[in-house]
Amino acid sequence: MNFLFSALAAFLAPIGRFALGALENLGHVSLFTWHALTAIVHPPLYLRLIGKQMLNIGYFSLPVVGMTALFTGAALAQQIYVGSERFNAEGTVAAVVVIAIVRELGPVLGGLMVAGRVASAMAAELGTMRVTEQIDALVTLSTDPIKYLVVPRLIAAVITLPLLVIVANTIGIMGGFFIGTEKLGFNQASYLQITVDYLEWADVYSSLVKAGVFGFFLALMGSYHGFYSKGGAQGVGRATTNAVVSSFIMILLANLIITINMFGS
Amino acid sequence: MSNDVKISMQDVHKRFGPKVVLDGINVDVARGESLVVIGGSGTGKSVLLKCVLGLLRPEQGSILVDGADVVAMSSGERKKVIEKFGMLFQGGALFDSLSVWQNVAFGLIEARGMNKKDAKDIAISKLAKVGLGADVAELHPGELSGGMQKRVGLARAIATEPEIIFFDEPTTGLDPIMADVINELIRECVNDLGATTITITHDMSSVRKIADKAAMIYKGKIIWQGPRADIDHSGNEYVDQFIHGRAEGPIQMDILKP
Repeated sequence: MNFLFSALAAFLAPIGRFALGALENLGHVSLFTWHALTAIVHPPLYLRLIGKQMLNIGYFSLPVVGMTALFTGAALAQQIYVGSERFNAEGTVAAVVVIAIVRELGPVLGGLMVAGRVASAMAAELGTMRVTEQIDALVTLSTDPIKYLVVPRLIAAVITLPLLVIVANTIGIMGGFFIGTEKLGFNQASYLQITVDYLEWADVYSSLVKAGVFGFFLALMGSYHGFYSKGGAQGVGRATTNAVVSSFIMILLANLIITINMFGS
Repeated sequence: MSNDVKISMQDVHKRFGPKVVLDGINVDVARGESLVVIGGSGTGKSVLLKCVLGLLRPEQGSILVDGADVVAMSSGERKKVIEKFGMLFQGGALFDSLSVWQNVAFGLIEARGMNKKDAKDIAISKLAKVGLGADVAELHPGELSGGMQKRVGLARAIATEPEIIFFDEPTTGLDPIMADVINELIRECVNDLGATTITITHDMSSVRKIADKAAMIYKGKIIWQGPRADIDHSGNEYVDQFIHGRAEGPIQMDILKP
């Protein structure tokens, strides 16, 4: 009987530990988010730092995001052509490309690429600042580190991601356009006409909302994991990995929730 | 308690999980006094300073700064108290995204709202005080040697002319001559400002140079405190072992003997 109990305990304990750990993290993240959000509404806002972050997140991500969108749009057009050919529905290529890019692929792939580039960099930078006591030094200089370090990153990401996604959507559609007109033999004018006809305001709107939300989550995860990293170089490495993985998951989950809410009914 | 007590720690306890780091710290620092806390590595010296600064929250006990308990304070009230503090960190903790003068002027610009030009002038005069020329001001911390980084850190700690300054192992990692230079600078700056200071160190030359009062921390408790002059005949075998740096004695290091 005792044996049974201890076997049961050995089985249940890791599950309980995992659940407790997950809840603890959730509480920690929530407090961090709350602190950051309240700091946004209390002056001062460090405009210069917001600008610097916008440049870093937005401008320097353009090549990565642009290439991702271009190749994806092109591959998408090719695949849809091959698929729709079976139903003699080749005419749907332009329409499907524009909807798929604007609703899903532009914001999601753009968000993931920026998360890979930026959330990791944020975690590494803030993590290094944490382990070299620079974050503590900010406190001794009467500066709220969340306000000084986290808030500019959050604001910059939320503003910049929608702008990046507009670029990504445009280039993605262009990628489809190139394959469609150069390789698959569509007429340029009619391809563009179909693209414009099928693009609805709601699609653009959902794309921008998604981008803003993704920007918030990737900056939050990057900052959070960096801010609370511990244990030297190894800890910073772990923070960077966790920042990327958790921001990917948050982005994909948020995308699903927004998609169901906006297009589900 | 007299009015002259600037910082008073009473029965401060702090632990991380099961590990007890501070186990009832009681120590007072008078206004304008220089307290040096000695103790081995990992005895909770840094944790003590972080508790006073509010970077860590002790589970039990009170820490009075000018009679106000920082442990029980709201974060808004603590922000006011923090303005009285300056701190020199062990590794310097200079912001590597900013130039040297921006580091020194940080508290003046961000916390006091001073304009950049005035703050830069003050930063350069503070750098001169720690023996660094105006040409260093434009460099970035990564371009400086360890001793120079310490001096920039010191300039940053005194830039806002705080009432209380903490020094976290100011001479660790420096050669003996640079260590003495830093000790001299600390003594000088503190005398000029009339600041109350707490220094934590395991460097006995710092103790002899900087301290008015010394205290030894061991296993989370202050096991001895007294004027600097008494440290050589404290009558406490722990203190004796520490200041003479002997492996034999009541303090046993947790190392496995072969």
